Amino acid sequence: MPEVRWEWIADHAEEIQTRSLEHLILVSASTAIGVAIAIPIGIAVRGRRIPFAAATGITGLLYTIPSLAMFAFLLPIFGIGVTPAVVGLVLYSLLLLVRNTAVGLESVPEAVREASRGMGLTPRQVLLRVDLPLALPAIMAGIRLATVSAVGIATVAVLIGGGGLGVLIYSDGIQRALFFTPIVTGAVCATVMAIVLDLLLVGVERLLTPWARARAAVR
Amino acid sequence: MSLAADIWEAFRSPLTDGWGQTLTHVRLSATALGLATGAGLALGVLCAKIGRGAAFLVITVSNLGRTVPTFALIALVLSVASLGFWPAVFGLFALGVPPILLNTYTGVREVDPGAVEASRGMGLTAGQVLGRVELPLALPLIFAGIRTSAVQIIATAALVGLVGVGGLGVIVQSGLANSQTEVLLAGAIPIAILAILAELVFGGVQRLITPKGLRLARRPAR
Repeated sequence: MPEVRWEWIADHAEEIQTRSLEHLILVSASTAIGVAIAIPIGIAVRGRRIPFAAATGITGLLYTIPSLAMFAFLLPIFGIGVTPAVVGLVLYSLLLLVRNTAVGLESVPEAVREASRGMGLTPRQVLLRVDLPLALPAIMAGIRLATVSAVGIATVAVLIGGGGLGVLIYSDGIQRALFFTPIVTGAVCATVMAIVLDLLLVGVERLLTPWARARAAVR
Repeated sequence: MSLAADIWEAFRSPLTDGWGQTLTHVRLSATALGLATGAGLALGVLCAKIGRGAAFLVITVSNLGRTVPTFALIALVLSVASLGFWPAVFGLFALGVPPILLNTYTGVREVDPGAVEASRGMGLTAGQVLGRVELPLALPLIFAGIRTSAVQIIATAALVGLVGVGGLGVIVQSGLANSQTEVLLAGAIPIAILAILAELVFGGVQRLITPKGLRLARRPAR
């Protein structure tokens, strides 16, 4: 078992911080862009068999492409840097986000929608005030999965100059004769980041769905 | 079409050894998937029979496992062990087990208790109930797990190439290092094809073995 060299970590504290921040930016930017693209698509295809199958088929195909191949395909198009990294991460996030949005919306009870129409809500109001809030748990589950997997995939972005924690794992570790310390450091930072972001999103979901808590309390 | 011709040329060149690296890639992935399927099935059935405490442990470990980046995991395993075929297989095996284990566990647990009761009433032994009723009913879900693992293993085997063990990732890395787009794509395209093939083949098998009445309702991923 190779030993962790703490003095390396102490000497590179600043780099570890920078790389973690880069990683966080990659993940949050791409998930945010993914949400902005996927939710409208999810809304558009819900309850329609063929559009739903087309959307999940295409995004599912993208999701199946291994990260190394995906970044290799994007490199000739976007060059080296953060752009191809973010584009790749956005493409990966789409399947989980589109599917969970559409399925979440479909699971809203028809009676509830009917009642809100009966109360005089316009279709737009039904969507914004009834459908989306009720689909929120499913949508948030998609966002959590997309975020956690983006933290992992973003470690590969180092190969196309995307920076982030992959620099510790690859440039400082693998390329220097599998130097153990930076690899462990990168692995631990990424794992902690994934867990913390997941917990944060659970918190956001609870804030956004106060009725879920109220219901639990009333019992 | 000249780019396509260049990629094909790069793939076939003895220096790149596209076919050889593809074979290594497939051998790495298939060995790891075979072992992961055996272990995942056995552990999944075991957990389903032991009960709730085991379930909690299994789900927690699997979810935690999902948060460790596969790239980091493979680099860790190879730096702790050594560069080589079997250490790489071990790393791929480790990340391939959780989906199969989790789906086997869930599949066996979700079998209609009425069906189990009925088969016991017909005089089947515990082993027969498992082999003839529970596992067949859980098969679609088990295959979904194998499919997820297969795609994940093929993708991560590509990263094994970056560390220098072999496989199609080696070609991608050499394309990156020398800024040769045709070499880069000569590695990336076969990686993508392998992953999509695995998805299609296992998806097809999964559909074939799913009885009509058992077709899973659409559910959001959790």
